[in-house]
Amino acid sequence: MTKRFIFSIALALGLVVGSVSAQAEEGGLPPSGSGVRDQASLQRGAKLFFNYCVGCHSLKYVRYSRIAEDLGLSEQEVMDNLNFTGAKFGETVVSHMPEADAQKFFGKAPPDLSLEVRAKTADWVYAYLNSFYLDPSRPVGWNNTVFPNASMPFPLWELQGVQTAVKKPGSEEVEKLELSRPGKLTPEQYHQAARDLTSFLEYASEPAALQRQKYGIWVLLFLAGFTLLAYMLKKEYWKDVH
Amino acid sequence: MANVFTRIGEWVNERAPNLAPTYRKHMTEYYAPKNFNLWYYFGSLALLVLVNQIVTGIFLTMNYKTSAAEAFGSVEYIMRDVEWGWLIRYMHSTGASLFFVVVFLHMFRGLMYGSYKKPRELVWILGMLIFLVLMAEAFMGYVLPWGNMSFWGAKVIISLFGTIPVIGSTLVEWIMGDYLPADATLNRFFALHVIALPLVLLLLVVLHLAALHEVGSNNPDGVEIKKGPKGNRWDALKPADGIPFHPYYTVKDLVGVGFFLLIAAFIIFFAPTFGGWFLEHDNFIPANNLVTPSHIKPVWYFTPFYAILRMIPSFFSTAIWGVLGMFGAIALLFALPWIDAGKVKSIRYRGTGFKVALGLFVLAFVLLGAVGAGVTAEVIPEWFGDVDVTFWENAFGRLMTLIYFGYFVFLWFYTRLGWEKTKPVPERVTTHD
Repeated sequence: MTKRFIFSIALALGLVVGSVSAQAEEGGLPPSGSGVRDQASLQRGAKLFFNYCVGCHSLKYVRYSRIAEDLGLSEQEVMDNLNFTGAKFGETVVSHMPEADAQKFFGKAPPDLSLEVRAKTADWVYAYLNSFYLDPSRPVGWNNTVFPNASMPFPLWELQGVQTAVKKPGSEEVEKLELSRPGKLTPEQYHQAARDLTSFLEYASEPAALQRQKYGIWVLLFLAGFTLLAYMLKKEYWKDVH
Repeated sequence: MANVFTRIGEWVNERAPNLAPTYRKHMTEYYAPKNFNLWYYFGSLALLVLVNQIVTGIFLTMNYKTSAAEAFGSVEYIMRDVEWGWLIRYMHSTGASLFFVVVFLHMFRGLMYGSYKKPRELVWILGMLIFLVLMAEAFMGYVLPWGNMSFWGAKVIISLFGTIPVIGSTLVEWIMGDYLPADATLNRFFALHVIALPLVLLLLVVLHLAALHEVGSNNPDGVEIKKGPKGNRWDALKPADGIPFHPYYTVKDLVGVGFFLLIAAFIIFFAPTFGGWFLEHDNFIPANNLVTPSHIKPVWYFTPFYAILRMIPSFFSTAIWGVLGMFGAIALLFALPWIDAGKVKSIRYRGTGFKVALGLFVLAFVLLGAVGAGVTAEVIPEWFGDVDVTFWENAFGRLMTLIYFGYFVFLWFYTRLGWEKTKPVPERVTTHD
């Protein structure tokens, strides 16, 4: 009975894990390789964000002071190198772009990116950052294969260079992207930069990830000990039940 | 010191002489069958999760803002700025999903061992009422973060009432207090989620346990220990195969609690969104009545019922049939004690037909969940290539819906027309010495 029960539990877990991973593969995007554990990568990503993104995009739930604390930076470093909005150290990251202007410039106000990775997944953000190409038919001159007809221009073009689309013969469908003009970074370096930026946005979407991963292992160890003690207690009490 | 406690005890006893006997009746002198197996952990675990939801819920309300303008931001405030707020919120959100895991398993135990059968029909009915209130509670709680899936989920579920003839559209407006889910809707759902439904839930849980303790617990053999031989080590008149709930099952349940908390903690600390199943991607986008999520679907625990709703087509120019089917799927469970007329309770001694039917029923329930969650819509083109996805999804979903309802029809005839060939039921539980 017990054996059969364990088997059915294993089967059920297998089904759950299977369907969860099926969900994770949604859209078939390549894995971003990003993560919040590599502090140097987070710092590089933060630098990219505050140099290239904050002009239009806010992180309205993220405080400068929290970035300093979690990324191992001093108040001085954050205020000198990352804070270009003139905000106080304890304030959140709010872009200076007025929403009405943004609406006029791009046809759509740039979204707040505090929760972008949680809403779209890290793989999506990473793929998006790699998939801009020149498209003169678009108002801002750029298009994106991951998010077709996105209204965003590509601020990282000087790093990646300029990609152009190779269309399928006799079709408007994009077959692949080609680097027609190299940027300041090699393709490998740019992939790493996109990964760093994705990591930083992953952190911004859930700063608590750093804490939960740190404490989680101790909680599990404690509970394992508790369960063992409870089991021994049960054995002792049940000795006289036949 | 001990003297002080004795005197306090006596003082209380003098003024409430029924307190100690009540405790004994439900704990130390409640004799439960000694052959409970793993399936019997989920009742106490459901109680544990209920307590968790109430305690974490209290702390969440301390920082949550009940307003359409502020709700979403206040949840992020809890996640980022409130000390340990993320832990409290993840305990609540993971608890909600695990509540349903535990309750589904608890209900399946009842189906397997015939715990709904005479004399426990009242226990079953009260349990089903708990399930119904729990679904309402979960639905309203899901709306509170005011993400885009909260908004659109609320809109779709409330609009189900719009299929009711004549009063439908008025009823929908009355429920929402607006023409769309809005601030008024959020505020009333908060009130219901935080006060009204938890009170009903607690009352029903007390009644569920009281009704159980009147008739006594069932067990994997489905034999009535009260009808068996009398006399155990503690009481000459009580069932020989019973053991006191406390301490025997309290310490045993503690082991179950340990295992359960290990799983829960793993999810809370390492996979709190559970790959988008417990906290959905689209719900990290604020509610927006102009932007529809690409796939509107309820959280996983509603998906089997949602699939039944979707699979039943509209005809006679009304969509009410799907709604009736969805509620009928739950109503039939209420009626199960009267549908299943078999005298043997436990699956161990029931006919092969019952075993196969129950297996198919569970399979259909899980697969309907997959249909409702949109897994089939993804998997069909992946496995079968260029086919008409809607056609095959409907065909599959409708077959599963037929199996779900077929279970009840089958049981009705199977147990009434003498088709069931049962095995002999033992006189006592099989593990006695």
